[in-house]
Amino acid sequence: MSATTIPSNTKWWNGGRSPFNISYGKVMMWYFLMSDAFTFGAFIISYATLRFSMNSWVDANQVFNAFPGLHGADLPLAFVSLMTFILIFSSVTMVLAVHEGHNMNRKGVEKYMLWTILGGAAFLGCQAWEWTHLLTGEHFILSKEGVLSALNTTPSHNPWGIDHVDKSAVIGALPKASPELLTAMIHEHNHAFNAQGVGTAQLVEEATKLVNAGTVHVGSQGPPAFGSYFFGITGFHGFHVFSGVVINIIMYLKTKLGHFDQRGHYEMIEKAGLYWHFVDLVWVFVFLCFYLV
Amino acid sequence: MSSHSAVSSPEITLAPKHDNSGVKRIWQVFTLLSVVTIVELVMGYAMTKQAGWVEKSSALGMFFVGAICILSVAKAYYIVGVFMHLGGELKNFRLTIVTTLALFIWFIAAFLMDGNSWKNLKNTNAGSREAPKTEQIIPAAVDKNAKP
Repeated sequence: MSATTIPSNTKWWNGGRSPFNISYGKVMMWYFLMSDAFTFGAFIISYATLRFSMNSWVDANQVFNAFPGLHGADLPLAFVSLMTFILIFSSVTMVLAVHEGHNMNRKGVEKYMLWTILGGAAFLGCQAWEWTHLLTGEHFILSKEGVLSALNTTPSHNPWGIDHVDKSAVIGALPKASPELLTAMIHEHNHAFNAQGVGTAQLVEEATKLVNAGTVHVGSQGPPAFGSYFFGITGFHGFHVFSGVVINIIMYLKTKLGHFDQRGHYEMIEKAGLYWHFVDLVWVFVFLCFYLV
Repeated sequence: MSSHSAVSSPEITLAPKHDNSGVKRIWQVFTLLSVVTIVELVMGYAMTKQAGWVEKSSALGMFFVGAICILSVAKAYYIVGVFMHLGGELKNFRLTIVTTLALFIWFIAAFLMDGNSWKNLKNTNAGSREAPKTEQIIPAAVDKNAKP
């Protein structure tokens, strides 16, 4: 900013007007977002510190390799790329809405706010799908104590340790496994199998065959902190996206009702925009820490 | 500069500049962010087990990880500077934000080094003390033969 545009006798720090030449509301939105950046920063740095302290961590590309509608596909980074581009695009439509607001073009603001809301909703839908996929997808695990179980990914369970544990260890643990678990193992690759009236010995025999053939994969447990950090941080971010969508819907309705035209300016759209871009900004780092590296 | 009064608050004494070059700039930044994201994804994909092109722990892998981090900061710079329009605010205001965020340099460095040190201590016995000798823990006063 060139100093020549400011009258030389302006007493910026004497009160009554903003020394920063922006409204109180915008300054406070900036400072709120700065404090929020430190909250997110603390969460992500805590995660990174723990990860740095471990000899091995979860391979994100094994965890996030699914895509809706493509069952059994092994596509690392695909779905999260889609989510990232949805969010970048909704950031662009938001900044276009702010631009239309500067030009006092109500129809333009309405159009771009709707696109932004749609983008936010699409992102939340993607996240809901991803969470459901992790929370419901069960994986066979052999614990250190030699106990077999089927684990989903939750804040306290992490089935993403070693990909394949030693076959002989799995076969040794099969006779101790519950008939339900054995049936689930067999069903995963042989849907026609009828467990009705089949004895445990036969289930063990059947499962042993599948393990030997390499069709049933049994892994080990990963660090349990993975789930709490993943669901905690993406959940906190998702909550920001959700509140951003709610704020944007309110802004859309206020635009439609002509509140900003009556007021003579569209500054509220700018403030909502600051919040929305911040959500996109945080995603850049969530994407970096949980999916890319 | 648009013809209408752009003063949006009595606190503001200077009308912000508006012209239609803004839209062009927005799409430029969108293209830039998309290209940077694609570059990040290509480097990230190269390091996946599925692709298996680059080992993450190799020198090239380390370079990729560093490059992805720097590119992420570059994306943040453009989002904050252009989309959030911080680049267009007064310098003093920019400084109140940027200098505060500089705390992150310490925050990240200190904690990651701490995590790394924690790992090293766990892997070696560097941080452990010698276990005290058994004789030292048994209180001298306990004497089975002593009669009250």
